[in-house]
Amino acid sequence: MRLGWKELVRRPGRFIATGGALTLIVILLLLLGGLLDGLFNASTGAYRAQTAELIVYSADSRDSLLRSRIDPATEDAIRAIPGVRRVSGTGAVLIAGRVLGGGTVDLAVVGYEAPNRQVPPPPEPGRAYADATLEAEGVALGDTIAIGPSEVPVEVVGWVEDTRYLAQGTLWVEPGTWHEVLVTARPDAALDEDTFQAALVETTDDAEAVAGRIRGQVPGTSPLTIDEAVFALPGVQAQNDTFAQIIGVTFAIAGLVVALFFALVVLERLGLLGMLKAVGASTRQLAAGLITQAVLVALGAFVVGGAISLALAAVVPAEVPVELEVRRAAITGVGVLVTSLIGSAVSFRRIVRIDPASAVGGS
Amino acid sequence: MPALEMNDVRKVYGSGEQAVVALDHATLRVADDEMVALVGPSGSGKTTLLSIVGGLLQPTAGTVRVGPHEIDEYGPKELTRFRREFVGFVFQGANLVPFLSARENLLIVSELAGGDRRHARRRADQLLEELGLSHRADNTPATLSGGEKQRVAIGRALMNEPELVLFDEPTSALDTKLGEQVMELIRREVKGRGTAAVVVTHDTRMTHFADRAVEITDGRLVA
Repeated sequence: MRLGWKELVRRPGRFIATGGALTLIVILLLLLGGLLDGLFNASTGAYRAQTAELIVYSADSRDSLLRSRIDPATEDAIRAIPGVRRVSGTGAVLIAGRVLGGGTVDLAVVGYEAPNRQVPPPPEPGRAYADATLEAEGVALGDTIAIGPSEVPVEVVGWVEDTRYLAQGTLWVEPGTWHEVLVTARPDAALDEDTFQAALVETTDDAEAVAGRIRGQVPGTSPLTIDEAVFALPGVQAQNDTFAQIIGVTFAIAGLVVALFFALVVLERLGLLGMLKAVGASTRQLAAGLITQAVLVALGAFVVGGAISLALAAVVPAEVPVELEVRRAAITGVGVLVTSLIGSAVSFRRIVRIDPASAVGGS
Repeated sequence: MPALEMNDVRKVYGSGEQAVVALDHATLRVADDEMVALVGPSGSGKTTLLSIVGGLLQPTAGTVRVGPHEIDEYGPKELTRFRREFVGFVFQGANLVPFLSARENLLIVSELAGGDRRHARRRADQLLEELGLSHRADNTPATLSGGEKQRVAIGRALMNEPELVLFDEPTSALDTKLGEQVMELIRREVKGRGTAAVVVTHDTRMTHFADRAVEITDGRLVA
């Protein structure tokens, strides 16, 4: 093990190629992961903010908020299901708005009845809590935004964090204001005053069990857990699967790079390793040296790659939604370490097969 | 007890019609402070003999005893331990670890055995001093001369205070004058420690440094 460490310290040049390749792979993994997280967060914030365990759509909506309708009678029926603590209506409208005295912004106007993790109880009619990302688009506290063709006026009275919906900054308004915006956005889809697109359900029982009861006892509903609803959002599942495959392939490439490098290293040092075996080094000791080197090269690549990724993430344009999260960094670090270990392990068989007798006779 | 006692040892590579007899009923005894030169042409079996005596190869038949160790009965793990603790090797061309200093090349042996570091360092420094290499202790092999490398290799072989030291063509990469100096050094170090040694060489000019020479031809020993 010490031998592996000493070689790494005294001959760093030998490891620069592999370390450099791994560093580039780490940067790619972190930026891909950061992009995935950024896109995911931008699409799903309004759902992830919910304290409710379930969201109930109408059965014919194909689990789409914009197509769903939940009337007061259905809400009452859900409320009567055992294990249901609270039911509140919600809905969203994707629409453009004009900041009075400023430019236009794309918005998701969310109507809601109950507070959640990020958003306080509904404000007064004609007022809204705005997602903090709208600040970058020219919205300021106290601004009035004229929404839709009818220019429904809404005043921004506070900021909320991480509540975006389908990549749009959200305005959180009380139900009356939301219905007004819905009418101006889609006159053909106007809803009765107490009708919402979906019902948020807080439970006192196991959420899956309550969802089963709602599905069985309230006809025409489609209850989903919040996690299920997040992945039912347009494009989220496909986006996650695509990125997961790219990231998986990149990890595999990292393993291959390390495997190839250490295979060459072992091949190049057959004489030295044979001599060490001849003077009493066990296969385990030689393999430990190799593992030490693989781990240290991977760690070094992760540290350097992480620093470069942070610097790159700080200078990418705001339109590119890269978000570097600790969780993603941890997954990448562990992933690179594990693939490096697996890659270096490919050379173990070769080490086992080195004949110590090869050290004598000048071979 | 002799340092080495091998009786009727055979080593056959392959089987059937492809079988090659590398060592044929070889019997050799080396006293505990004796230095024996093993002389023979290429392919005569001297490397095979050295490998069997050093626990690098297992004989096909016969018995091999190094001090109290009956190594022909040892398995791979026991042989690894035997090589680490009870025998010293000096390979052709020194075969040092290129990125370690002279001192560290000696310390490898104790590191592999997991010995006390301070004691190992004292012994390494003492050996380097005795070999006239104190001033080169921190030099890597690339900055040492051929003779100095060979001295470091001798020091490494003596680190574990072995009962038997095996030299594989120690002068093959050196000119005659340097070869003689190295052989003189080997004799001095081996005799000074009362350690037994087997020196494999094809150079008959070097055999007079040994107590006796044993010739090997076609796998057979001739006293």
